Amino acid sequence: MKDTNQTPIYDSARQGTAAWDELQAIIKYRYLIVQFVRRDILTRYKRSSLGVAWTMLNPLGTMLILTLVFSRAFGGSQEGYAAYVLSGLIAWNFFAQSTNAAMLHLVWGGSLLRKIYIPRTSFAVSALGTGLINLLLSLIPLVIVMLIIRVPIRWTIIFIPIPILFLAMFALGIGLLVSAMAMYYADVAEMYQIGLTAWMYLSPVIWSPEILPELYRSWIIRLNPMYYLIELFRMPIYYGEVPDLSLVLISAGIATFTLFVGWMYFTGRSDEFAYRV
Amino acid sequence: MSSHIVSESLTESIEEETGLEEVIQLQDVGVRYRVASESVSTFKEYMIRRFQGEIKMRDFWALHEVNLNIFAGEMFGLIGPNGAGKSTLLKLVARVMRPTKGRVIVKGRVAPLIEFGAGFHPDLTGRENIFLNGALLGFTNEEMQEKFDRIVDFAELWDFIDVPLRNYSSGMSARLGFAVATDVEPDILIVDEILSVGDESFQRKSFERMTKFRDMGATIILVSHIMETITTLCHRAALIDQGHIQLIGEVDEVVESYRGSQNE
Repeated sequence: MKDTNQTPIYDSARQGTAAWDELQAIIKYRYLIVQFVRRDILTRYKRSSLGVAWTMLNPLGTMLILTLVFSRAFGGSQEGYAAYVLSGLIAWNFFAQSTNAAMLHLVWGGSLLRKIYIPRTSFAVSALGTGLINLLLSLIPLVIVMLIIRVPIRWTIIFIPIPILFLAMFALGIGLLVSAMAMYYADVAEMYQIGLTAWMYLSPVIWSPEILPELYRSWIIRLNPMYYLIELFRMPIYYGEVPDLSLVLISAGIATFTLFVGWMYFTGRSDEFAYRV
Repeated sequence: MSSHIVSESLTESIEEETGLEEVIQLQDVGVRYRVASESVSTFKEYMIRRFQGEIKMRDFWALHEVNLNIFAGEMFGLIGPNGAGKSTLLKLVARVMRPTKGRVIVKGRVAPLIEFGAGFHPDLTGRENIFLNGALLGFTNEEMQEKFDRIVDFAELWDFIDVPLRNYSSGMSARLGFAVATDVEPDILIVDEILSVGDESFQRKSFERMTKFRDMGATIILVSHIMETITTLCHRAALIDQGHIQLIGEVDEVVESYRGSQNE
């Protein structure tokens, strides 16, 4: 039998903060996250003939269409509109897919929570992990496209982990928020997907900020957290510039705040999930 | 409430005699589901009905005022009709759910033999599913590597281990799930009616494993509808009906009482 010094004791009455307990639990179950991500990627690969390649082809296809149709209308004076769109799409897809997957995994796979104990945040965190892998894979076609249309790739590309980190934190926070809400109401899932589409059009993914009329520019931009995060993502790759400190700080603030709120909200309610599924 | 009196004095006498520790305690535990009297699944419907003051919530107490103490090394039986609350009680001990009321204390590492093949994915192979299932049970990669051979040996699935699970028969999946779940050395084992899985030779192996656990000194809670299993293996038992504990005591006594009530 295991040595008794390490006998774990569970006392339902003694609950530390749910948020802190959950953090410790998720770290303890990190191998489970790896297994979930592995499962997502393996099953995707096994089912389709192109498999992993779809991860790269999908944004590439969207970019091609958007470039062909819109480069004059939305590109403004942007050189290399194709790369502009593609870099925005990659960042956006990472956010959209991770949050959507977090929600769907919890709603559809939530019956698992009723059978066996696993940390409640496992689904959102593993959705984020899968999203990260897809993001990293889609950087490959981005670099290729930039080489083809001769947008310079500068050394500043080494800064790319910073915007990725903030995007990840933001996505996890939002993912936890929507998945918690979706446990209560079935149509949150639908509403969120519609909301995502609208949000994308309000973010500088396919259009460039300068084409916006002055009047709307400050509104749409300042109030949209994705504006800062996507611009920060483009800085080192597309613009080839060192990220501006104020942009970094704003993004850091947005990311941290959202993650905190999402985590607290989710872990505050997660005890009820086993009752609700 | 005679059941509680029996429980207390029996608890005290067991403690005095053997100095055994309580490893599982349920103190005044309740589990309440809030069920809407009609099904309201969409946000829009909910808001409309709320507005009209029409949402009526019903309280369904799956468990109510449950007091239970289980001691180290005991083999404890849990019996009762379907829907009595047995699975809910097991889930509380397995930390799957928190009680709505009361307190649950569990000392020791728990291995739940509640749902086999939880998380099994049909597109993954047997091998991949073993690692996934092991991760769900809280094991690390190293631990799973060590266990892998034993698990496949027990399930007798070497020929199929790299075949996707969708090609397994239900018996094979069940064997695999059982093998993963029982390759453990827990302090506490929770078993929910699993001994009816598989063919005779497999059932015999399961039975042997269960007895091995008992002999190793693990504490076991066993739920079964087969009274012979309960009386053969268990020392004490509890009878649950409609969320209440009706009786706790020596296994023969409790089984008698249950049989009696069934024949009414």
